[in-house]
Amino acid sequence: MEEKRKNPASRGYYQESWKILRKNPVAMVCLAFVLFLVFIALFAPLIAPFDPDAIDMPSKLKAPDNVHLFGCDEFGRDILSRCIYGCRVSLSVGIVSQLIAVVIGYFMGVCAGYFGKRVDAVISFLIQVFASLPDLLLAMALMFALGRGLGNLYIALGVLSWAKTARLVRGTVLQLKEKEYVKACRIDGGSSFRIIMKHLLPNCIPTLIITVTMGIPSAILSEASLSFLGLGVRAPMSSWGMMISSSKTFIRTSPFYSLFPGFCIIITVIAFNMLGDGLRDALDPKLRK
Amino acid sequence: MRRYLVKRILLALGILFAISIITFFVLNIIPGDPVALMLGDNVDPETIETVRHNLGMDKSLGIQYVEWIAGFLTGNMGESYFQHKPVLGMIVDAFGYTARLAVVAYAVALVIGLTFGILAALHRGKALERILMAFAVAGISAPSFWVAIVLQIFIGLRFRAIPISGLDRPAAYLLPCLSLGTRYAASIARITRTSMLEIMNQDFIRTARAKGLARARIVMVHMFRNALIPIITVVGSDLTTLFAGSMLTESVFNIPGMGKLLVDNITKRDIPVVQGGVMMVALLCVVIYLVVDLLYAVVDPNIRLEE
Repeated sequence: MEEKRKNPASRGYYQESWKILRKNPVAMVCLAFVLFLVFIALFAPLIAPFDPDAIDMPSKLKAPDNVHLFGCDEFGRDILSRCIYGCRVSLSVGIVSQLIAVVIGYFMGVCAGYFGKRVDAVISFLIQVFASLPDLLLAMALMFALGRGLGNLYIALGVLSWAKTARLVRGTVLQLKEKEYVKACRIDGGSSFRIIMKHLLPNCIPTLIITVTMGIPSAILSEASLSFLGLGVRAPMSSWGMMISSSKTFIRTSPFYSLFPGFCIIITVIAFNMLGDGLRDALDPKLRK
Repeated sequence: MRRYLVKRILLALGILFAISIITFFVLNIIPGDPVALMLGDNVDPETIETVRHNLGMDKSLGIQYVEWIAGFLTGNMGESYFQHKPVLGMIVDAFGYTARLAVVAYAVALVIGLTFGILAALHRGKALERILMAFAVAGISAPSFWVAIVLQIFIGLRFRAIPISGLDRPAAYLLPCLSLGTRYAASIARITRTSMLEIMNQDFIRTARAKGLARARIVMVHMFRNALIPIITVVGSDLTTLFAGSMLTESVFNIPGMGKLLVDNITKRDIPVVQGGVMMVALLCVVIYLVVDLLYAVVDPNIRLEE
């Protein structure tokens, strides 16, 4: 089956992958849900029933009712609206950080695989350095150095998660390097840059799509953890992790406050994880271990 | 084997050296001045300069790094800016809590994960498998600090005997270990199930069954022992994230471990403590990776013969 698959650079490859993905009901449900989350994030101001930052002390810690479906937090802010705006933070951190990671990872991996020798030795060493530290620890140190804020979260989580992409790209490039068309381009006087962008990149795209999709849920969890520890976004911006952190004090009186943001994180992470599994099966079954 | 051992140890030392450089420079490019923070608002610039000089902060970063790494190698990680205690002592105290929490949590995770994984494999295609695997997916996706709070709400607040903070009594271990262990139990359950399913279809299992061996004996001796190899891989990589993961759990349950030490001192900008703590965790991770790699080389000769 795998042998019959077309080359990722050829035209029919993505149609074929889409056909496989479409037959996977779990992946399709997750894809629909991810698109729904993107929709919520984009149109948060239109969907949210209340202003997420509007303080209303009289309805402080109000339990869920018909007006405030998820209840209110310690400042009387509507929890549902804050969860909806929190979706913006989570998705944007997930997507932007992984795009940064994939660009760094691709160039590191392609340079290691293509140039080999010393370049490969240095980059492979860096990959091992970054892979042997728990990411959360380094992310904490970086956020500590850069300061809190959405932009810094993109940078910190992006800079820290390139190693996995680089490792996979390096492996692919090592195989591709020996292919006839790459050799032909080199003999023809094609520059290294041309080979990297024109011949190697299209073949790495499936790997890159998979690593981005699989990286998003872990970036979302990291953002939640950092915000929970007070090293994420700045107040009053609403982030699911930060909401859980401020709800800690009120578990005796208002347990609902902790539950909703947590559910948001879990379903989002599950959706991205399972979509990632489906994409992997559709795009590159070899990656399955 | 000896060549492989030497090569692997040199690589581990190189990685540690690189990590020390990265953490040192990342932590020292922080904007705010910790000395100004330490002395308060009404201090004249001269006093600040003197204190900076006494702490060696007026030297160039390169020299500061060399002094710090030399100290680290001799077990002297400097003094806390605020508590005026040696960093090493603070780390040793905190590490005790983290290690106890991590070891108990992982043991719980292993028992739960292996049981769930084996049960799921044996009940393939039945409702029990679906329930167990749904639990595993949720367990991997749930943030540990949220699981911790949920456990506090639904167990800790209902049962007086189970404390929701500290780690001073045996009962106090229950909630932190469950919340830290959930994600590991879930990933162990998944890998155990896959690994068991692969083994189940092999000829020697059929032979064992044909010989009329007891079912329990087939499951435990024939299947499980052979399914262990992929599980060990997961255990190795889990152990390194376990220490980082315990930071969040410690912060929810107010346990004075490494995580709490790091988080508290990051907010206070007590750089020597943070630096020492990060380095200790890194050292631990690199050592665990090294041991796992060497164990593999012992088990699988292909690895050490390679190259």
